[in-house]
Amino acid sequence: MNEIQELKVLAYDLRKKVVEMIVEGKGGHIGGDMSVMDILVSLYFKVMNISPENQDDPDRDRFVMSKGHSVEAYYAVLAQKGFFPMEEVISQFSKFGTKYIGHPNNKLPGIEMNSGSLGHGLPVCVGMALAGRMDKRNYRVYTVMGDGELAEGSVWEGAMAAGHYKLDNLCAVVDRNRLQISGSTEDVMHHDSQEERWYSFGWNVLSVNGNDIGELCDAFELAKGCKGKPTVIIANTTKGCGSAVMENKAAWHHKVPTPEEVEQIMKDLDARKEALS
Amino acid sequence: MNKIPNRQAICDVLLKKAAEDKDIVVLCSDSRGSASLAPFAEAFPDQFVEVGIAEQNLVSISAGLAKCGKKPFAASPACFLSTRSYEQAKVDCAYSNTNVTLVGISGGISYGSLGMSHHSAQDIAAMSAIPNMRVYIPSDRFQTAKLIEALLLDEKPAYIRVGRNAVEDIYSEENTPFEMDKATVLAEGADVLFVACGEMVKPALDAVALLKEQGISAGLLDMYCVKPLDRETLIREAQKAKVVISVEEHAPFGGLGSMVSQAVGSTCPRKVINLALPDEPVISGTSKEVFDHYGLNAEGIAKRAAEELK
Ligand SMILES: Cc1ncc(C[n+]2csc(CCOP(=O)(O)OP(=O)(O)O)c2C)c(N)n1
Repeated sequence: MNEIQELKVLAYDLRKKVVEMIVEGKGGHIGGDMSVMDILVSLYFKVMNISPENQDDPDRDRFVMSKGHSVEAYYAVLAQKGFFPMEEVISQFSKFGTKYIGHPNNKLPGIEMNSGSLGHGLPVCVGMALAGRMDKRNYRVYTVMGDGELAEGSVWEGAMAAGHYKLDNLCAVVDRNRLQISGSTEDVMHHDSQEERWYSFGWNVLSVNGNDIGELCDAFELAKGCKGKPTVIIANTTKGCGSAVMENKAAWHHKVPTPEEVEQIMKDLDARKEALS
Repeated sequence: MNKIPNRQAICDVLLKKAAEDKDIVVLCSDSRGSASLAPFAEAFPDQFVEVGIAEQNLVSISAGLAKCGKKPFAASPACFLSTRSYEQAKVDCAYSNTNVTLVGISGGISYGSLGMSHHSAQDIAAMSAIPNMRVYIPSDRFQTAKLIEALLLDEKPAYIRVGRNAVEDIYSEENTPFEMDKATVLAEGADVLFVACGEMVKPALDAVALLKEQGISAGLLDMYCVKPLDRETLIREAQKAKVVISVEEHAPFGGLGSMVSQAVGSTCPRKVINLALPDEPVISGTSKEVFDHYGLNAEGIAKRAAEELK
């Protein structure tokens, strides 16, 4: 199995950890966790130079989880990366007094910035990218946003500044799963054409299948080579990706699966994984 | 009469320090002129970031810079900085604990007749309610300079408010007693204790003199550190007096007065009077006209104290 295939397998395994976490914690944002998983796996296991060993290195890449509600996917990836024990986060997620709360918190290792309120990640990353340029450091800055999140005006303030300052050390990803809490993003608030919108703000725009780690890694590589512009990757994903029980269903934004549903979801995830080999 | 506004004192300190500290970064939102920071932008173009008219962006970008080791000073009119970007201050600065200094310029009712959209009479209430956010309202230019120097020594978020106009000196080049997070005792008194911040310190100081002529002994604290409030000095001085009077350029709720009342009420109960702006859009006028109208001048403050002591 080549490296990309292995990462695809890992992404399904980590989805199973997310399901366990959400069942244990009796809450979470499962739909967006499933759509964003391949993006996070690509970033943490292929693209970025971040690990527990270099987490204080000023030259490490920076990541901000702007769609902070998908924290379960983020925790699973950080735990797999060795920032904290997987079993601990699964058993303690969302419990009374826990440090594994329902949005990213930088008291935990591996997490740079607190999030939870949508629309903060990109502007913060603009600051991080500016700092990198001022200090002539080679690190790159990454953030992942939801597509519903794009209705926040602050996203576009950040987009404008990143374009203005030609921050080619910045790469944003839009988890374009076309759903938000109340239904289709296009019904709630029109976001097409993503490509045209970002382009008009001075960005290099790449569109990929955001649930295909191969395509994602290629796009991140292209972004690294793009000079004079920030890059946005429109990651076209499926909300709930991994099981037909959840896929493309708005109700699964933050549904906690029943034991029967858990069984089916786990089976589906295994089947997808096996189909890879 | 002093002609140097506090905002210029900030720029002077930053100009001095930025030469030796490349991590000092100033950010403005089309506000470099009104913040008196144009000289900084000119002298240190590589340590200056213009974000355009986008206050939320101003604060988030500052947080990102701080997270990567910079010491950002984000300067924007206090009215917008404290409310338009309130959530960015709460989440990206205070909650994420980033070393950002938010500099609210033309604070309080400095913008006078421009109206309530441009007044920041809620900033103490708003900012001080955020855990891990500090609130400083310095009185004169000398204290402002000391405060900025002190803020450069730590790595925590802070909000500071300065007014638009030059205000009379209270301290001097040679004599500016300053200890971080400690109120400056400008007078000790047995009858009344004034606790003031920002532009209200000077009229309160003059009120102390007026009361002395009437045989009333008044104390005065320059409580530039609104949060963390210097409770120790406050209680010590309050215990010497019969009445405590807070004076501030702020709405009547949630400001310095509320904090002083809480501290005194719970620790050494005595009558506390809060002198502040009214709970309504303030009357149109210059700062002086507005303060005079609401009795926030030496005569008004002294009169109120004398009445309370009758
Ligand atoms: C400022 C803000 N408003 C509202 C919310 C509540 N909220 C959490 S998730 C969500 C929907 C997000 O949709 P989208 O960005 O498309 O994310 P995804 O579908 O990937 O989960 C909302 C409204 C929030 N977290 N922050």
